[in-house]
Amino acid sequence: MKKYVCEVCGYVYDPAQGDEENGIAPGTSFEDLPDSWVCPMCGVGKSEFEPQE
Amino acid sequence: MSEPFQAVKVSERVYWVGAVDWNIRDFHGYQTGRGSTYNAFLVTGESNILIDTVKKPFFDEMLSRVRSVIGDAGIDCIVSNHAELDHAGALPDAVRNLGPKKILTSKMGARALHDHFGTGLDLSIVKDGESRSIGGIDFTFLETKMLHWPDSMVTYLPGDRVLFSQDGFGMHLASTERFSDEIPNEILEQEGAKYFANILLPFSPLVTKLIERIKSLDLRIDILAPDHGPIWRKDTGRMPELWAKWALQKPKAKAVIVFDSMWQSTETMAKAIAEGLVENGISARFMPLQVFHRSDVATELLDAAGFFAGSSTLNKHLLPRMADVLTYIKGLKPRNKMGAAFGSFGWSGEGSQQVHEMLESMGVEMVGAPLAARYVPDANDLESCRQLATQAATRIFEHIEDK
Repeated sequence: MKKYVCEVCGYVYDPAQGDEENGIAPGTSFEDLPDSWVCPMCGVGKSEFEPQE
Repeated sequence: MSEPFQAVKVSERVYWVGAVDWNIRDFHGYQTGRGSTYNAFLVTGESNILIDTVKKPFFDEMLSRVRSVIGDAGIDCIVSNHAELDHAGALPDAVRNLGPKKILTSKMGARALHDHFGTGLDLSIVKDGESRSIGGIDFTFLETKMLHWPDSMVTYLPGDRVLFSQDGFGMHLASTERFSDEIPNEILEQEGAKYFANILLPFSPLVTKLIERIKSLDLRIDILAPDHGPIWRKDTGRMPELWAKWALQKPKAKAVIVFDSMWQSTETMAKAIAEGLVENGISARFMPLQVFHRSDVATELLDAAGFFAGSSTLNKHLLPRMADVLTYIKGLKPRNKMGAAFGSFGWSGEGSQQVHEMLESMGVEMVGAPLAARYVPDANDLESCRQLATQAATRIFEHIEDK
């Protein structure tokens, strides 16, 4: 599964890690994150993320 | 006729052309007790390049300092390291008066500058890690996202070994002295810590990464030139070392007791907690909010292990000053704290519970249930406060060992 980078703050979403602090289990792909999920670092929405090169 | 404001030479080809704001005391909620400076820098040589500008009302001061070096000549380029208005506010005026051919900024910088000033500015984006020659002078640009805005970047001038670090390693301190070696150490450390605690704390992990990156790049820095406060020409590693230390948020045997009180009952409880902590070897900072500003509370919390917060109950809520401070501190994401809530009340008593919930929501490890005393704490209430402090002290010492 692909990692995604927040264009705004540089946070990397790693599906292997998930975002447990915000209820996202390890193994959740970026595509499967709910639309309400926001960057845990800076608070922007999913649309600000790009696949990591 | 000479210019009313003169530039200050920083290195062979670099001049400070910023402005001193002696009057500012409220920087959107951060109490800047010693004023501030907005540092802009002029790089001269084969071309003239301005690194950042100043807050808009200070444009004339900056322009005069620029003119003191280059007279009526224009500049070739402006590098915008940070789009916040204390550094970019005078950018449109600088463009109109100094006619740069281009403006260099990060990708997020371009977005922020467009959002602030419209799309009329001709911006050119530099990439993270990119080296570029501008009119014959070499520069390297490093993005420092979220330190402390998405657009933030730093610019390195290898020729003179100057790092223009924008808000990095800065402090709010107005002075006639331009260099840190002319200013007493305790002031530098105090204002540096206040700046870090109030602005950088939420991004501590990124600070650690940035400092590692600067080390790995082996950048030789003879001059560290931040956008606020003094310029470092000696001991350039000192503020980065302090930042690295502060970013770890390693707690000391110290506690902050912050509270607001109506008729001294909550204050009496706070005193009992302070006594209990001090008896058990914890250094306590006693911070009644009628006297202390939220930004001083943030500064004292930087290296504290204990965080005790108290409020009496007013109309079924915690006191507004306490809500203010707790909201502010929560945003700063303090780490490695343990503490408790307390407060007096008359009949309903929600205040201390609300404080407890706020502390918990910011990740403070709670050492006990909130302590509440009706109207005036009696001997039993005060004994509970002391006992809580004693338990907390034991846990604080264990906690410090672990961190």
